Amino acid sequence: MKLRGLRLDSHTSRPLERPIRVVPPPATLVLALDQGSGADALPMVRPGEAVRVGSAVAAASGAAAAVHSPVSGIVREIAARPTSRGASRCIVIDNDGRDDPMATAAPIDWRAMDGSALIECIAAAGTAGLGGAAFPTATKLALARAAGAELLLLNGAECEPWICCDAALMRERAADVVLGAQVMLAAAGAQRCVVAIEDDKPEAIAAVEAAVRAATDARIEVRVLPALFPLGAEGPLVAAVTGREVPHDGWPPQVGVVCQNVGTAAAVARLVQDDRPVMSRVLTVTGSGVQQPANVEACIGTPVGQLVAACGGYTGECARRIAGGSLTGRSIEGDDVPVTKGMNCVLLASDADLPSRGPARPCIRCGDCAAVCPAGLLPQQLHVAARSDDSAALARFGLSACIECGCCDYVCPSAIPLTARFRAARERQHLADLERRRAIEARARYERHQRRLAEQAEAERQAFDTARRRARGADPGDR
Amino acid sequence: MNATAILAAVGTMAAIAAILGGVLGWVATRLRSDPDALVEQIDALLPQTQCAQCRYPGCRPYAEAIANGEADIDRCPPGGETTVRALAALLDREPRPVDPQYGATQPPRVALIDEDRCIGCALCLPACPVDAIVGAQRLMHTVIAAQCTGCELCLAPCPVDCIAMVERAGDQPGRAAA
Repeated sequence: MKLRGLRLDSHTSRPLERPIRVVPPPATLVLALDQGSGADALPMVRPGEAVRVGSAVAAASGAAAAVHSPVSGIVREIAARPTSRGASRCIVIDNDGRDDPMATAAPIDWRAMDGSALIECIAAAGTAGLGGAAFPTATKLALARAAGAELLLLNGAECEPWICCDAALMRERAADVVLGAQVMLAAAGAQRCVVAIEDDKPEAIAAVEAAVRAATDARIEVRVLPALFPLGAEGPLVAAVTGREVPHDGWPPQVGVVCQNVGTAAAVARLVQDDRPVMSRVLTVTGSGVQQPANVEACIGTPVGQLVAACGGYTGECARRIAGGSLTGRSIEGDDVPVTKGMNCVLLASDADLPSRGPARPCIRCGDCAAVCPAGLLPQQLHVAARSDDSAALARFGLSACIECGCCDYVCPSAIPLTARFRAARERQHLADLERRRAIEARARYERHQRRLAEQAEAERQAFDTARRRARGADPGDR
Repeated sequence: MNATAILAAVGTMAAIAAILGGVLGWVATRLRSDPDALVEQIDALLPQTQCAQCRYPGCRPYAEAIANGEADIDRCPPGGETTVRALAALLDREPRPVDPQYGATQPPRVALIDEDRCIGCALCLPACPVDAIVGAQRLMHTVIAAQCTGCELCLAPCPVDCIAMVERAGDQPGRAAA
């Protein structure tokens, strides 16, 4: 099968020179209710309330997993703060530095538990997709269980040119990844597991292979893939490993696969070993804007500025801060943006790291974007439709199948920010749909209201008629 | 001989005409354009605020008036330019700006009851066209913001003027664009 994508120059050698360094918890943590999945968790604490390490401070809700406090201290406020997704409501906690734990950490006997109990356990720990989407892991596993998915696909195909947190994690904690895979195999009821790793990470491949051998689990195999962007995205990865195509409006379980990030697997391993919810993650701090690029393990809620300080501070060349990679990340402002479960990288880029491509010029219809699009779309046609905001054409050319990987931007000779425009078009459509749904509901309510008024009027008229007839019957001399 | 040929030709033509006429008549009754379908299509494009700013008692009556040719398509301030354009496309007319005599287009708003001042008179309850106000006699009322269309019809009946229009809180996904 032919794999579509881009071969990009990797920039991961410098952060991988050093081991993962642990960033101490900051004095003030900012726990975003939206940890990167686009939905808010429900806050369960009030300002002034005391929390301990591992206290659940927000409950799972829809596409948002539960959030736990990584420190002990006092909730200062729940307010909107800048986050990597623009602005989101956040729980701000003042760290008292005592690190009072909720309970003594004890291993969970996961081998004795059945799949649905394990899934509940994973949900309660706030486990979310640490690859970047932050979608609740338990929901995915439950879907896979219901659909009878046979394959657990662990995603170690980190394809963004600046990100290497998964590579570092696989090198240092391969045993955790394999244990997490075993737990998730049991939870999802899958028969086998493939750990997919790109061929530019030979140390990670060797480490995971050694860990699989040590675990002597024949269900788990390591699959080496070519280093190709965007193979780390769910759809392309499933296609590359199994040859099956995930419907763009569907889920991988429909083709018998459940996809999880290797970081998520390591988090699940921690959960069963120490009964610790997800309170920290490994992420890459890199770019020419930081003195010592490194992979760090930081508490969820740590401000970006603290990560930079832990990596030796700024170099003075930092022109742009980006949460995520250079292709799919989002620009962030300031040092206060907190780490979320979905944040896999902070790129402090100099002008040389990400040379400006100049203003967008008109589309010359060269078709280069269509040749690289991993979703098989025609970005040039989508571009025309997005410009005229033609929702019928956008739907016809498959806007909903766009995975926003940024390949089309990368190859566009006219430097058109295609992905940003598609994202904006999607946003507009979403709002229009919401408005439409609201109108339909309002109409239904209006019709019920009218019907009720008519029924009431009819009932009153009848009551009046009966009363008059009775009055006449009682007093026939009325006329 | 000649007369037979003429008769045959006339007969053939008459037969063809009769058959075609029959088919056309049948098709005309079978495929008659349904006026209700047009009203339905127009109604689907209106914002369903039921605010009556168009001087009709709701969105559906206005849709009927448009379908009958009684009213023009420029009477819906809540729908604004988007609605006018959609209507123009459906009815194959020229889009035009909303007539300011029917009100100004504003960002979406919802009613908010000042609960300290509400006396519980229940006059606003029947005024709400979408039943978005909950309350009872001598008890505090409140507006279900998610269901309020911002029609302002509850403002006039309130004897203590405790209802204010406030901007609708931003929709969740708008944030992702930032």
